[in-house]
Formats: sequence, structure tokens, C-alpha cells
Amino acid sequence: MRRLVFLLPIAIVAVLVALFWIGLDPNRDKSVLPSALVGNPAPAVDLPGLVDGAPRLNLAQFKGQLVAINFFASWCLPCRAEHPLLQQITAEFGVPVIGIAWKDKPEAAHAFLQELGDPYVATGIDHNGRTGIDFGITGVPETFLVGADGTVLYRFAGPVSDDGLRNELAPAIAEAKK
Amino acid sequence: MIPELGHYALVLALVMALAQASLPMVGAARGIRPWMQLAKPAALAQFAFVAFAFLALMQAFASSDFSVAIVTQHSHSEQPLIYKLSGTWGNHEGSLLLWVLILTIFGALVALFGENLPPRLKARTLAIQAMISVGFLLFMLLTSNPFTRLNPAPVEGDELNPLLQDPGLAMHPPMLYLGYVGFSIVFSFAVAALIDGKVDAAWARWVRPWCLLSWSCLTGGVALGSWWAYNELGWGGWWFWDPVENASFMPWLIGTALLHSALVVEKRDALKSWTILLSILTFGFSLLGTFLVRSGIITSVHAFADDPTRGVFILALLAIAIGAPLSLYALRAPTLRGGGLFAPLSREGALVMNNLLLATMTATVLLGTLYPLLLDLTTGKTISVGAPFYLATFGVLALPLLLLMAVGPFMGWKRGDVRGALQRLVAAGICALGAAIIAVWIRSDGPLLAPFGLAAGVWLLVGTLIEFMERIRLFEGNPARIWNRARHMPRAAYGMSLAHFGLAVAVIGMTGAAAWKTENIKVLQPGQSLTLQGYEFRLESVGGIRGENYLADQAHFVVSRDGNAIANLYPERRQYLVQPMPTTEAAIRSTPLADLYAVIGEPDGKGGWIVRVYHEPLVSWIWFGALIMVAGGLTSLSDRRYRVGAPVRAGAAQAAKA
Amino acid sequence: MSRKRLRLYLVLATLVVLGIAATLILRALNEELVFFRSPTEVTTNRPDAGSLFRLGGLVETGTVEKQGEQVSFSVTDLSSAVTVTYRGLLPDLFREGQGVIVEGAFDDSGQFVAREVLAKHDETYMPPEVAKALKESGRWQETEGKTQPAVTQ
Repeated sequence: MRRLVFLLPIAIVAVLVALFWIGLDPNRDKSVLPSALVGNPAPAVDLPGLVDGAPRLNLAQFKGQLVAINFFASWCLPCRAEHPLLQQITAEFGVPVIGIAWKDKPEAAHAFLQELGDPYVATGIDHNGRTGIDFGITGVPETFLVGADGTVLYRFAGPVSDDGLRNELAPAIAEAKK
Repeated sequence: MIPELGHYALVLALVMALAQASLPMVGAARGIRPWMQLAKPAALAQFAFVAFAFLALMQAFASSDFSVAIVTQHSHSEQPLIYKLSGTWGNHEGSLLLWVLILTIFGALVALFGENLPPRLKARTLAIQAMISVGFLLFMLLTSNPFTRLNPAPVEGDELNPLLQDPGLAMHPPMLYLGYVGFSIVFSFAVAALIDGKVDAAWARWVRPWCLLSWSCLTGGVALGSWWAYNELGWGGWWFWDPVENASFMPWLIGTALLHSALVVEKRDALKSWTILLSILTFGFSLLGTFLVRSGIITSVHAFADDPTRGVFILALLAIAIGAPLSLYALRAPTLRGGGLFAPLSREGALVMNNLLLATMTATVLLGTLYPLLLDLTTGKTISVGAPFYLATFGVLALPLLLLMAVGPFMGWKRGDVRGALQRLVAAGICALGAAIIAVWIRSDGPLLAPFGLAAGVWLLVGTLIEFMERIRLFEGNPARIWNRARHMPRAAYGMSLAHFGLAVAVIGMTGAAAWKTENIKVLQPGQSLTLQGYEFRLESVGGIRGENYLADQAHFVVSRDGNAIANLYPERRQYLVQPMPTTEAAIRSTPLADLYAVIGEPDGKGGWIVRVYHEPLVSWIWFGALIMVAGGLTSLSDRRYRVGAPVRAGAAQAAKA
Repeated sequence: MSRKRLRLYLVLATLVVLGIAATLILRALNEELVFFRSPTEVTTNRPDAGSLFRLGGLVETGTVEKQGEQVSFSVTDLSSAVTVTYRGLLPDLFREGQGVIVEGAFDDSGQFVAREVLAKHDETYMPPEVAKALKESGRWQETEGKTQPAVTQ
């Protein structure tokens, strides 16, 4: 009987560790969210360019081809981390990427692209965040795959990582191209 | 170049740690003296390598070396130097390095000052300390390398989070970690004793100074964090029962219990297995805190990271670091021989109650912290547990503890005279009652806990004074003899009185601030004023100012009472260079009686500004109380009887060398 | 005083303290917990007036209105929205289009009055509870027959 009392601490710890283990399950990860938008036509996008004289960004002009839309911001750290991988979406998979600077200053976004390189085929500035809300983003960065018919096919929340590119975006792109 | 050297130094430290973790342990088991003696140089070398790595990282921050990733993420070239330096630990990787540094510092200290520790105990203790090092060094090198480079290096950094650009918060992590991590050495001592199979008064005496040092630092660290929140967050609040706050509070509660139970082991050779358990759990709670903060498992206003892979690693570390010792405990603890008997109403009995209450209080905080997670996992419902829960549970449990604290010191060992103690405390009781009446008179509709809390605080305050006066027999004999008695009172006794007194002061402050805080909020044009508690806050003007790395709107308030100007307050709303969020800098006027707290918000676009003012009675008592507690801990530490390495009763030391 | 007696007292004391603690905890859990609800939940199931809870979602762009110390704005989960009034200083991280959690209750006139407005100390991500609520509202929408998510107006 006395011995059992001494087993109590380790037993409680074991239960807690199990609890935490379940709690850490990546399927609980908040960045894996099914989007209400997937399967629906993409919202209209008509935004000014980053610098004076730059053309407006209009999603309609990309109708007929598969594109990726990447929401980013100059003040967003993970966006920095994912930036080099955006180039790969075009280079490896042949999908052009549109950039939308979300809730950012045009000069800052422009400087961001100057500094890190511009992987986008077209860029727009969503100053008040309205377009982001239309797309239902929960933060930046977020990347959407929009089909040739203008339907949102896939949504990737969080920074695109090597893993994310290979295991999630790549299959989604392959699906889309069928 | 230097960052690479720093990285390399960490690898070398890991190698040292591996050696230190294995050889001395085997040496102690087999009696191989040279292997046991290896622990000392290994510990010192490990410390040297980690210290080098830490300095290398600090140098990168100081020189704004943006080729190092975390420097880019958490620093800016125009920041004041102090915040460049404090940025070293203002991030996940850097703070981990600080953690390990302190781990190795304590190991090195034991290596250096543990000359008259039994060789086996010393070897095993240092070996276990090294095992912890191995775990954290691996964690750093595999998942959180502070020296990751960015290529090409950016021209400018992203700036340290403006909320962290505050002197209080700059010092908060080092102080807190000294506390947190300091308990690791007590942990190592305990596990070593379990392996040894022997716990005695000598062990408790060796462990005590490390307990005291860690406890004092932890008290200071928690208080600093709270003081920072009060100054920086702009809500006049100083404790939010946030999971991260609780994560630092729980080791403190258990650490306090440990401090007291170790006393019983030392004096009466009793409560041994319980003390060993507490030693393991205190550091266990520190590790739990690390896990909660860095794994992203619990939402918190200031959690570090959301990386599940890191979380898994720390969980594994936690499981092994706590699981293994507790398994050993289940095995070995039953064989620890029980010590002296005592009457339930005795000093030992009082200390047992102290421990019981503190442990239960810790459990309620743990429950409150984990409950949302538990509920989320089982039912999917999202709830939040806030101050009302904790006050209704923790707050209520604290009351008997505070009452007991005044009585305990009057009790003798083995058998105490409760009646006599209470008779001497009558004055304290009267004061407490008076305080309760005042509390109800000031605010009759306040929280129920307030008059009780204030009464308990005053009871303890007066009770501690009475005990002190009795001990030096303040009213007997001439001043010279009284002074003599005071001088010869052991420092540990002073320490106790100071610590208890400090807690009483802090509790009174907490009750006052929480129960009688008032606020007012208004949109003001320059020239207009608002009133609160008889004070008039007149907004004179709002101007723009420039700091080293920020722009700010600064308001000028003139505070007056009955028409006499008594203070000028200058709250600010700062916009830092890179991070787009503005931060508030509250302006506070502190007096022992109350704080006046002013915050300025956004302009309304029509020349007016929205302002918020608070009146918080007694809030500065909280910080002073904490300071007194730290002083008490350090005073006890300075007692020559407790210093490790001091020529304590050579006879006992010889006898203990097994 | 024998060892057995002492142990008995110890066990007794432990049970008493734990018992008191358990009682306090159960009482507190019943009365003091604050539930988190999304605008959709609240619209379909209006909580009682005076019942404190937390409401989370995005701050609907274009709905923030300030009148002196009072501010009102709309909290949406892209499916339903709730208007919130608050008297006080908004936290520094409060932005239109960003995630927010407000703690308060409905008053007798059906207006949600916030006591506290909370924003997480991280620009880029929103509180997980809000994200979860948004996700749940999205899913709810999908089963309702794939209508366009309510574009904020």
C-alpha cells in the first residue's frame, strides 16, 4: 500500500505527458484550415500597382490559365522566409504567381521586392485589406491556387516551406493540370 | 566568423556534457576516483564553451550583425545599446542559450565550491546536471540554432518587439532563469541522493544555499515581470493569470514549499522522501514552463513560438527528465528511513501544513492553466480561465497559509505551544480585524476576498514584527543588550522575518490595488481635464517627440488636488521604426499610498485625444514587498552556516563521507 | 505519539485540504469559466443578457466608429456579424480586418457591450480560437449548400 503512494507522482506525470502529446498533434494546427472559398469562384481582384505608373492588377486578365495568388506584406517575417520558394512555383511547376501586398505601404512592399527579388508576374497593393477579407485569409502569408476558369482550387495557409511545396502545393497543381 | 565559432563552441560544450554525464556517474558506481574527479574540469569547460557561445551571440547583437538570422529578426541598428544587448535573449533561440548558460554556471559553481561534498554525491550531481545540459544543447543544435546565418545578409533588421524595449523586461529573463534553472542543481542533488540511497541532514544543508539562491532570483524574476506588465501594458494591471505567468509562478510556489520542507530534513531528519519529491518537481515545473511557452500548445498573449516539432522535442525532454527521476523515486523512496517523530501541533506540523497548502495551491494553478487545453481536447469547446477562477480557488487557499505563517515561527520543534503563540499574537489579531473593518468601510461593495486578504496581510505583518521583537526581547534590558541580541541573531532568522514581512507587504499591496482600483476615461481637448478620486488631470498639450528609435505623441498632464498642482505626467504613444504597431508608455506617479496612472490613446481626429487614468492604492507595496522578500532570501543565504564549502562541523562532514 | 498516529493525522489533514480545494475548484469551474463563442453561434443562439463570454472573429473593415470614448465595430466570422460597443482605449494591435477577441455580455437591449478587447501580441497570426471559429463557420456554410462566404459590407 505504501509503495503505491510513491507511484502516484510518476502516474500523474504520465497522464500529463499523454495529454500534451495529444495536444501537440499537428492536425490540431490552426494553420490547416479548410477554406470556405475552395470550390467557389475567386473573388474579383482589382488593385493598384505598387509604384506610380505601374499597371493595375486585375485577376480577370489571367482567366484561362492556372495561377497562384500569394498574399504577403513587407512587415511579415514568415513572408521573408517563404519568398525564395515562390520562385520555385513558377520555375518548377510553370505556374505564374501573382503577389498581393496586404495591408502594407506601397513603398515598403516595393522595397521588400527590390531587396528579396520579385517572383511575381503581377503585383497589387491591398491597402485596406478588403481583398484579403474577400479571400478569407486568416493572416499573411497565404497562397491560393486559382484555376483557368477562375475557381479557387487550393488554399495554403502560412509560409510555403519546402515540405509544403512538395507535399501539398505540388499535388494540388498536378491535380489542377489534369 | 565569430558566429561560426560560437556554433562550434556549442558543439564542444555538448561533447563535454556527454563526457560529464557519463564518466563521473560510472566512476561513482564503480569507485573509480579519477572518473569522478573528471566532473569538475568537465563542468568548468562546459561553462567556458557555453559562455563563449553566449558572448559570441551577444557580440552579434551588439554589432548589429544582420547575417545572423535572429539578429535580423529581433534587432535594429538604431536601437539603444541596452536593447541590442537584451535582444540576445529576447527571442526563442537566444533565451535557450541563456537557459543553458545558467545551467552550466550552476554546474561550475558546484564544481568549484563543493570541496567538502562527498565525492560520490558531487560526481553524481554534476553528472545529472550534465544530462540536462545534453538535452538542451541537443535541442538547440537540432531545432533552434541561434547562429543560423542569412545569406545574403539584410541591410537592416526587423527590430526587437517594442514591448520588449523596456528596462524591466530586459532584466526579467536573466533573473527569472537564474531562479528557474537554479533549481536544476537542487534537482540534480536530489536525484544523486536517490541513486546514493541516502538522504540526511547533511544533504539538506548542502542543498539549502542553492535553494535560497534560486528562490530569491525567482522571486525577483516574477516580480520584475509583473512590474514590467504594470508599466508597459497600459492597463494598470500587474497579473493576468496568463499561462506564461503561471508557468513561472508554479515553480515559485513549489520552490517555497521545498525551502521549508528542507528545513525539517535538516533540523529533524524527517520529511525526506517528500523533500526529494519536491526537489524533482520544482525543476519539473520549470521544464513544464519551458514547454508551455515554447511549444505553442497553449494560447497566450506572449508565447514564444508555434512550432510543433520543437514542442515534441521539449515534451520528450520533459518526459525523460521528470519521468526517469520519478520512477527512481518510486523505487528508492520507500527505503528512505523515516526520521524524528513530532506532535501534529509543532513547528514540523506547521511546516507540513505549509507544504500541504502550497502544494494544493500549485495544483489549482496547474489545473486552471491546463483546463482549457483539456476541455478543448475532450469536448472541442473553447473556454478561458481567468482571474475570477484563481481568486476563488488559489486566493481562498492562500488565506489559511498567511494565517499560519505568523503562528509557525512561535512553535517549537517536536511539540509547540499553540495557545501561547496565539496569546502573543492578540495584537496582530486586533490590527487584522481593524484592517478588515477599514476595507469594508472604504468600499462596501468590493470583492469579498478583499477584507479577508487585507486582514490576512496585516495579521502576518504585525505577527512577524511581534515574533522578531520577542526574539530579541525588545522590551527587556538596556538598549546595549538588546542591540547585542539583535547582532547575534543568526542571519537565517533575519532572513525568515524579512521574507515573511515582505510577503505581508506584498499581499497588502495586491489586495489594495485589486480591490480599490478606480479608473476614468474621457476624450479630452488640450485645456480640458478629467477627475478621479479627487485628483484633477488637466491635459495641457500633446506634442510630437523623437526618441532614439521611435516617434511618439507625448501628452503633458498636470495633476492637481484641491487646486494645488502636485505632479506632471507625460504619457506617450510610440511608433517604433519597423514594427507597425504603436505602443503605449504609461506615465505613473507613485507614492506609498497610491499610484496615479495616465495613458493616452488615439486622437479622435478633431483635436481631442482619448485618455484613461487610474488610481491604484497601495500598488507600490507589491514591488517593495517583493524586494524585501528577495532581501530576506539573500540574507539567509549569507548565513555562514549554509555556505557550501564552509568548514561546517568537520566531524559531521567526515561521518557523511560514505 | 506513535508513527502510525502521526501518519493518520497527516492523511487526515491532506484529505481535508484537498477536499476544500476540490470544492472550491468545482464551484469556480461552474461559475467562473468564460466561454468562447463565434458570431454565428451567438446569432443562432443568443446567450442570456448579462452572461459573460468571449466573442471572437475578424474586425469587419469599415465598421469601426468612434464617438468620444465610445467605439463600436462589427465582429464577423465571414458568415455572421455582431456589433460590439466598447468604452475605452483599444489595444495597440486592434486593426480592421484583423483577428480580435472581445469579452463582454449582451445587455438588456440586445447590444453586446465589451468589457475587454484583446489582441494577440503578434501581427501575422490571429488567436487560434478565432481561426477555429472561422473554420467552423466556413464548414457550416459548406454543408448549407456552398454559398459564397458573406463578403463584408
